[in-house]
Amino acid sequence: MLDLLGLSPGLFALFVAFGFMVGVFFGFFGMGGSFLVTPALLILGYPAPVAIGSSMAFVFGTAVIATLKHHDAGQVDYRLGALMFVGITLGIELGSRLVFGLEVLGIADVVVGTAYVILLAAIGILFTRSAMNQDDEADDGGDEDGPDDDVPEIARKIQSYNIPPMMTLADGSTASLWTISGVGGGVGLVSGFLGVGGGFVRMPAIYYVIGTSLAAAVGTSLFGGLMSGAVGAFTYGRSGVIDLGIVTALLLGSALGARIGSGATAYVDEDDVTIYFGIMLLLASLAVGLGELATWLARPILDQISFVILIGSSLLVCGMILYHGALAVRRRDAAPSA
Amino acid sequence: MTGTELLPGASPSVTALAVIAVVLVEAALLYVGYGYLEEKLGPTVFRRLQRI
Repeated sequence: MLDLLGLSPGLFALFVAFGFMVGVFFGFFGMGGSFLVTPALLILGYPAPVAIGSSMAFVFGTAVIATLKHHDAGQVDYRLGALMFVGITLGIELGSRLVFGLEVLGIADVVVGTAYVILLAAIGILFTRSAMNQDDEADDGGDEDGPDDDVPEIARKIQSYNIPPMMTLADGSTASLWTISGVGGGVGLVSGFLGVGGGFVRMPAIYYVIGTSLAAAVGTSLFGGLMSGAVGAFTYGRSGVIDLGIVTALLLGSALGARIGSGATAYVDEDDVTIYFGIMLLLASLAVGLGELATWLARPILDQISFVILIGSSLLVCGMILYHGALAVRRRDAAPSA
Repeated sequence: MTGTELLPGASPSVTALAVIAVVLVEAALLYVGYGYLEEKLGPTVFRRLQRI
C-alpha cells in the first residue's frame, strides 16, 4: 500500500483535517495545540513520548506560521513575549520540581489532575462571565469608544500601580516588569506543573493581568508558544521520538487553518466568540475530569467519552469561528454600499 | 520518519536541531505557499461569501 511519510493515505488525510481544525483554533485563540493533539495521538495508539514530542514539534511549526500571520497585522509584542519567556522558563523548572515532590508523597496524579480540571473550569467561567457582561454593557448602551476599551477593567487597575521598572508595551501602554515576570513565572509554573503547553493560561494572563488588546494577547501568546514549542521539540527531538510524518501532515492542515484563524481575528467581533471559548474550556474541564476518572476507576469508556467531548466541542467552536468570520466579511463588504 | 532515521549516527542534539530545522522549513514553505494561494484566491472567496 502507498504510504505517505510512513502514514497510510487515510491516516494522512485525517491528520491534515485535524491539523486544519487545530490551526483555526491556534490562529484565533493562540492556544489549543498540545491540548488537542496529544490526547488525539494517544487515543490513536501512539506511545506517550511520540505523542507529546510530535505534538510539541507541531505546536512549534504552527506557532511559527500563526505568529508570522499576526506579525503582518502588527499584533505581536516581541519584547513582552521575550521578557515573559524568562519567567516562563524558571516557572516550568519550579512546576516540574513541585510534581516530583508530589510524586515522592504519592499524590502527584490526584493533585495535578484536580488542579487541571479546576483551572480549566475557572478560566472558562472567567471568559464566559466576561463575555456575558460585555453583552449586557452593549445592551445598556455602555461607552464602546474609549481609548482602552479593548483592555479589561482588572488589567487597567493593575496597570495603574506604578512599580518600577516600568516597561512600555507595543501599544504604548506601560506595565511593571514585576507584573510581566510574575505572569511569566505563573504561566511557566502551571505549564511545568500540568505538563501542558500553557497557551490556555498564557493568553488570558496577558489579556487580563498585563493588559493588552485581545488580538495582541493572542499574537504575543503565539510567540511564547513558538519559543516554548522550540524548547520542547529540542528536548524530545534529542530522544528521537518526534514522528516527522505526523508533524508534516498536521502542519499541512494547520498552516491553512492558522491563516484563516489569525485572519479572522481582524474581522470577528471578540465578544461574538469569547463566550464560545469560555464554554469550550468548561467542556474541556469536563472532558479532562472524565479522563482522570477513567484512570482512577479503571473505566476506559470514560476516556473515549472524554475524547469525544474534547474534539466535539473544539469542532463546534472552530465552526463558530468560521461562521462568524464569513458573516463579518459579508457585513464589512456590504457596509460601503449600504 | 523520526529524527534518528533522518540523520542516522548523529548526536542527539544534532538530531533534535535537524528536526527543528525541518519543521521550520516546512512551516516557512507552507506560510509562503498558502500566502500565494490567499492572494490569488482570496478576492474570489470574499466575493462568493458576499453573494451567499
